[in-house]
Amino acid sequence: MAKTTFLDAIRQAQEEELERDEKVFMMGEDIVCNVFGTTTDFAEKFGLERVRDTPISENGFIGAGAGAAMVGMRPIIDATISSFLFPAMDQIVSIIAKSRYIYGGQAKLPLVIRSCMFYGNSNAAQHSDRPYAMFMNVPGLKIIAPSSAYDMKGMLKAAIRDDDPVLCFEDSTCWMNKSELPDDPDFLIPLGKGDIKKEGNDISIIAVAGAVPIALKAAAKLEEEGISIEVVDPRTLVPLDREIICNSVRKTGRAITVDPAHQTCSAASEISATIVENVFDALKGPVLRVTTPDTHLPFSPDIEKPLYPNVDRICAAARQLMDARQTVSA
Amino acid sequence: MSQNRKNDRDLEKYRRMQRIRQFEDLAESIHAQGEIPGALHTYAGMEASGVGSCMALRDDDYMVGNHRSHGHPIAKGAKLRPLMAELLGKKTGVCSGKGGSMHLSDFSVGSLGETSIVGSGVPVAAGAALGAKMQGTGQVALCFFGDGATSEGAAHEGMNLAAVWKLPAIFVCENNLYGMSTPVANAVPVKDLADRAKAYAMKSFIVDGQDVDAVEAAVLEAAEYARSGQGPVFVETKTYRYADHAVNMGRDLTPRGGEEHEWKARDPLTLYRDRLEEAGVDGAMLDTIESEIADEVADALKFARDSEYPQQHEAFTDVFVDPVPMPAYLRA
Repeated sequence: MAKTTFLDAIRQAQEEELERDEKVFMMGEDIVCNVFGTTTDFAEKFGLERVRDTPISENGFIGAGAGAAMVGMRPIIDATISSFLFPAMDQIVSIIAKSRYIYGGQAKLPLVIRSCMFYGNSNAAQHSDRPYAMFMNVPGLKIIAPSSAYDMKGMLKAAIRDDDPVLCFEDSTCWMNKSELPDDPDFLIPLGKGDIKKEGNDISIIAVAGAVPIALKAAAKLEEEGISIEVVDPRTLVPLDREIICNSVRKTGRAITVDPAHQTCSAASEISATIVENVFDALKGPVLRVTTPDTHLPFSPDIEKPLYPNVDRICAAARQLMDARQTVSA
Repeated sequence: MSQNRKNDRDLEKYRRMQRIRQFEDLAESIHAQGEIPGALHTYAGMEASGVGSCMALRDDDYMVGNHRSHGHPIAKGAKLRPLMAELLGKKTGVCSGKGGSMHLSDFSVGSLGETSIVGSGVPVAAGAALGAKMQGTGQVALCFFGDGATSEGAAHEGMNLAAVWKLPAIFVCENNLYGMSTPVANAVPVKDLADRAKAYAMKSFIVDGQDVDAVEAAVLEAAEYARSGQGPVFVETKTYRYADHAVNMGRDLTPRGGEEHEWKARDPLTLYRDRLEEAGVDGAMLDTIESEIADEVADALKFARDSEYPQQHEAFTDVFVDPVPMPAYLRA
């Protein structure tokens, strides 16, 4: 079977759901012209009523998505780059996250807000955000951050069919990742279920979004050194599959969390705290975080690229943990 | 419209305005005694704006409102019991005790929320209008907001979107002269807030917000225009709130300049009662309506008082479709 890219998995998921359910429609800035290749030929196929270019007005059209969802539609809102969610914080936090709750369950908001995390390519601080952790602190928003084309397709389709609002964070460093994709139109990966990307015995690496492929590369290198790595991909950040994370760490006794977000209050921080609170008795060393430091992302490539999690930083953390074991046993 | 139907409709407008006024008077008095927790923003003085607007709508038309939320659902025809129970934080409240005074929203009468972040309802109303248009239902979405909201980006973004997509939306700006303590002239450089609509090539009306018939006529015309696919309409109702921004705060923060006497001399309920009597409606019939509403409001309070408070676990439902976990320390 031919392999498909992460970007084309997004396109396929949207196309199949637009075909399946007439209540599904898309809106966002410049989606008709298909900037990134996730809406190829959609305007021709589904018409401009269902594939709507919006004004540059994120708070307006994301809020309109909420209103449309409340009256029976199922919008897929393409916010382009995740940094553009910030002008819409008002509608995302005060309306979309809270309406079901504040009206005692009267409001239903089945909608998906897609955005890509466009970092690592000299786009400077205002276009390079990985902001899922900010939204993890707001109850009422489901958050997915898939790392493979396979997960992307199954989870985006599940998100579109979900009756809760879902933020879909698409890591642009994964865009060209390829998987074989099932052609079953009901191929769905349930939200809230993590996945073991590689089994191992010595250290659990819990990696988020674009950190997953890097963790897998680091794992291969560490295996050569005789360190057996388990790579856990939560895939969904809210609700977080705490069970798969804790079970893995209970088995290995060591944990590294890897997250492209800034360190403070990152997804890695929440995952680390979950491990320490629940599996402390099984830990043979500290839980380490490999994240992006708490500075902004500079334009100049040579000083931008080393800030993100990479294979060397993960390997160094792994060796530190194994050394800690030797120190303790010695 | 036949004379009988017109009479019924006129009496219904009076009934709904009375319902709001008496509900608000009672709510304010029990809030003063501590029976209602939190802040209470009352709608007294603005009844004609809400009732005139909602009487012009179909039952299935949508409505979005704001933190001054009590009058809007009553104007749209909501029952009083769940509204009063909500103010008291009871499980039988319209929002199950999760929304309270700033969010009295009854979806069974077409409400899509009364949202307490100023201006935030406008994009929601635009979206509801989009949904109605895409589904071909012929419904319109009406959004109430205040003078203060016309300086919020959300309001402008929502209006722009509705205008550029010609959505069936009606934006009712209830200009009550103050954004909390700030006089509208200190916040907005135009005399008429309806001027804001010009930037969106949007049809607009300015109406006497104390005259329920005038408001109804304007919104009827707006609804017909919006429903016919010609785009949204902006209606500015010039009105006045009698109480402070929120009641029982200890001092009135509204820097009134003597204008309150002129406005109270044009009380929307008195104006309308006088008009009805001039048109030949028997005053005794209107007295009967007033006493029936008094019973209705008293019954709502009794219902609210007799209702149970929500259980602790209900703080964890409605975050999502499925409940979120409740920590062990709350389970005891």
